[in-house]
Parts: sequence; C-alpha cells; structure tokens
Amino acid sequence: MLEVKEIHSYYGTSHILFGISFGVKEGEAVCLLGRNGAGKTTTFRSIIGLTPPKSGSIQFRGKEIIGKPPYRIAQMGIGYVPDTRRIFPDLTVRQNILVARREHKGAIWDLDRIYSLFPKLQSLETHMGTQLSGGEQQMLTVARTLMTNPELLLLDEPGEGLAPLVIKTMEQQLGEIKKLGLTMLICEHNVGLAINLSDRAYVMDKGMIHFQGTIDELKKHEEVRKKYLMV
Amino acid sequence: MSFDVLFSQFMSGIARGALLFLVASGLSLTFGVLRVLNFAHGSLYMLGAFLSYSIWKFLLMPVLGFYLAAVIAALIMGGVGMIIEFGLLRRLYARGWPEQLLATYAIILIITDLVKWAWGGEFLSIPRPRPFTGAVFLFGFPFPSYNFFIIILGLGLVVFLWWLVYKTRLGDIIRAAAQDREMVSALGIPIPWLFTWIFVLGAAIAGLSGAVTAPFGSVALGMDIEIIIECFAVVVIGGMGSLPGTLLGAFIVGQVYAFGILFKPELALAFIFMVMAVVLIIRPWGIFGRPER
Ligand SMILES: Nc1ncnc2c1ncn2[C@@H]1O[C@H](COP(=O)(O)OP(=O)(O)OP(=O)(O)O)[C@@H](O)[C@H]1O
Ligand SMILES: [Mg+2]
Repeated sequence: MLEVKEIHSYYGTSHILFGISFGVKEGEAVCLLGRNGAGKTTTFRSIIGLTPPKSGSIQFRGKEIIGKPPYRIAQMGIGYVPDTRRIFPDLTVRQNILVARREHKGAIWDLDRIYSLFPKLQSLETHMGTQLSGGEQQMLTVARTLMTNPELLLLDEPGEGLAPLVIKTMEQQLGEIKKLGLTMLICEHNVGLAINLSDRAYVMDKGMIHFQGTIDELKKHEEVRKKYLMV
Repeated sequence: MSFDVLFSQFMSGIARGALLFLVASGLSLTFGVLRVLNFAHGSLYMLGAFLSYSIWKFLLMPVLGFYLAAVIAALIMGGVGMIIEFGLLRRLYARGWPEQLLATYAIILIITDLVKWAWGGEFLSIPRPRPFTGAVFLFGFPFPSYNFFIIILGLGLVVFLWWLVYKTRLGDIIRAAAQDREMVSALGIPIPWLFTWIFVLGAAIAGLSGAVTAPFGSVALGMDIEIIIECFAVVVIGGMGSLPGTLLGAFIVGQVYAFGILFKPELALAFIFMVMAVVLIIRPWGIFGRPER
C-alpha cells in the first residue's frame, strides 16, 4: 500500500533522512521506532508532503506522491495525526471534528461513529479546542483525522505525554480502529503502545533504518533494542 | 459646544466608520487567512469606484442604475482579484514581507496608471440614488439619508461576514486555516483554492465599497492611498484578522476623524495616528488581535 524508497529529506540545508526505505501492506499495523531526533516525525512529514523529500520515491497504491501538495496526498487516502496534536484553538470540539469531514464512497466515519468510539468527546462537544486535557486533545486529533476517511493512518507518538492509564485507553481505541481494517503506521520513541498494536517494526536512528522485522524478532534482538531504543 | 454640533459630528463619524469598515474588513480578512498584507487593497477600492461610474453612465437607468452598477463593479473586482491572486500573490506566500510589499506596491502603480489612462485625472461623481437623496431627521437634526444607506450596508456586511466566519463550515475552515494552514492542508482541504476565494471575496467587497463612495464625494486618483492609510489604522487598532476588531477600529477611527476635524482640521489624520500609536504601545497586536506566534 505504501512503498518508501531511498528518501532523503532536509530542513533547509540540514540533511535529516539518509535514504530511508520501508513499506506498509494493506491491513497491517507497522511501527517506526527510534529515540528522540531519530527522524520519525520527518519521515511522516515527508510522506504527507509537508517536508517533501529531495530524492527517492514514495508510492501510495502504486502512485508516486512526492511533489504533490499535502491536501492531494491526504485526499488520496493518507491521514496524518501530528505529534503536537495541532487542535484548532478557535474551533469547538465538534467543529474541530467536522471541519475535516470528507465523504467519498466507502466512507465509514461520521460524527456518530466518532462519538461511540470516543464518548468523552461527545460530552465535551461545545468546549473550545484549547480547553481539553492532553488525553482529550489526543483523542480529538485522532478523531479529526478519521473524519477524512483515510485508508492509511499515520500516527506520530499517539501516547506522548499521557498518563499510563490514558495510554491504555488510547491503545484500546486504536485497536478498535485497526479492527475496522485501517492500515496504520505508528511511530514512537518509548516502546509501548505502538509495539502492542503492530505486526511489524522498523527501528531508525540518525535518519537511517537499522532494523526491520516482526515484533517477535525485535523482542529477540536485545542488542538492537539496547543500541537504538535504550530499553 | 452645542449638542447639535457634537451629535452631528458623531453621526458623520459613524457613517465614516461604516465606510472604513466596508473597506478594512476585506483587508483584515485577507490578512487573517492569507497572511499577506495587501497594500493594493485601496487600489481595488478605487478601481471599483471608477468602474461603477462608467457602468452607471452606460446603463442610463434612473433608479436601479446605481445599485446595479455597484453590484457589477463588485463582481468585476472579484474577477480582478482572482487574476491577481492566481497570477501573482500565490507565488509570494512562501516569500518574506519585503517581496510581498514590493509586489502589492507594483499593483498600486499598475492600477493607478490604468485609471489615469482609462478615465483621465478628472473628479467624477454620481448623484445620490433614490431613495437616499434627501435628509433624515434625528432628534430634529437633519442628516443626509445616503449616510444611512452606508451605515446599513456596513451593518449588513458585519452580519454577513459574522455568519460566514462563525456559522458555516467554510468559516470553520477559514478560522482553522488562519491558525494552522499546514494542518488544514494535511486534512485534505485545498488551501490554494481557499486562498483564491478569500482574496476574491476581499476584492469584491473592496470594489463594492468603492462603488458606494461615488455619491459621497468624488471619485478621483489618490482615493486609494487616502483610504488604505486609514484602513491600516483601523486594522492595527482593532487587531489584524479580527472581525470584531475591525468593527471597533472602524468606529474609533471614524469618531476620531470626525471630532478631529472639529478641533483642528489639519490634524485630523494625525489624531488617528496618535490613537494608533497609543494602542500599539499598550497592545501591539491591537485591541482584539492576537500576538503572532
Ligand atoms: N524544523 C526543523 N528544522 C531543522 N531541523 C529540524 C527541524 N525539525 C527537526 N529537526 C531535526 O531533525 C532531526 C530529526 O527530527 P525528528 O523530529 O524527525 O525526530 P523524531 O524521531 O520525530 O524525534 P522525537 O522522538 O523527539 O519526536 C533532529 O535532529 C531535529 O533536531
Ligand atoms: Mg517526532
């Protein structure tokens, strides 16, 4: 479904990604692990088109997407959930959800479905985006992206900065979404939520991929975990 | 100072404020969403005024002619706005302020020369349209009823923009994009089209405002710079990109001007900028504005 080949991405003149390659198949959940500054967020920004790679190729469903503006990439079926959540502060919770609504054939997400997955958001409907706790904001940012009815969901550190109990809830909710058949790419620096949800893992450091394999294989490779993940 | 003088200055300040709101609202909306300060906004206003004059002359219709000319001029200016956004501005969003300033300044020069070439340097004017030819009496004092037309139009625009920005899905997108256009784009919303239509709307409002000033005084070269200076004062005082801020700013500038003229006509503009300076010292981002992130 997603095929990333040898991408090199930059912020201005600083070279961040050095030939990253990986793939995600339909229906899979894949995690991208690596410590702070490894280049995970940059990889996601490269995919959605916010930081387009200078070279390499990214194919989504067989079509090249490098060079397309972010809104086109999103319309093709990629949903991006940013690490800093980026809730629109002047919009209510309900408006934050509805502003992203995009209907097309095969669309499964509407307000009712969002509210049954995240009941908390319904009770906060009329609150402004800024009046939410961290966990509520995280639910809202996921809900907002789901309203675009994506086929591939990019989740950047969905558990970052949340209390352990809230992380568990988020993990359950993401599990439900996965069961609906959504393909997921999750990145994280502390191995937890992502690894529980995923089928396969890539480990990256300093803008390069250093390991790929199933979750079981990753669990066996203690030296990879020690060297790149500090666990 | 007698009550009738004060009251009449107050009312003329209200009318002036309404006109300033008409023009400044487009400027503020474009800035709020596109983050481009369009110095040529006053030129769109001027071109709208000249266009409506010619359309009015061409139509030769007794009552409806004026209103029809104003609407047509607004539509044409919307089209001009589309050409400007598509041909020039969208290349400049990623650039810095100096380039944006130069480019919009170039538009000012182009429109000025265009107007000189097409209409010459004369003062043009349209008589007040019916039913706003006479006077209205308030507390026994007469006021030109055309002023009330401008005030009603200004209030109408306030309601329309409020509805658009706060009550529609497009308004949700506008407010979201004003804060985080990158995220809006990542949600699949075509930002380039949004920007084009916002600019078209701003240009059409500028054109309409120009058209309705024709019966006020004179349509002439230089009206562009005159209005844009006061509009900047309005949006700086009220807060760039804020609708209630633009309304309050227009009210304040209108009043300061009206009473400034009463005390020292030569300094009316200076008074406006003194108020602006005070606001800038106390609240650099304007009364309803927000500090830049
Ligand atoms: N806007 C930017 N300009 C310049 N350098 C940047 C920018 N954003 C990130 N970087 C650098 O790029 C590198 C990779 O950053 P990135 O955010 O992709 O890492 P990450 O793996 O997502 O880390 P984290 O776990 O902290 O989120 C880091 O060295 C960072 O300092
Ligand atoms: Mg990151």
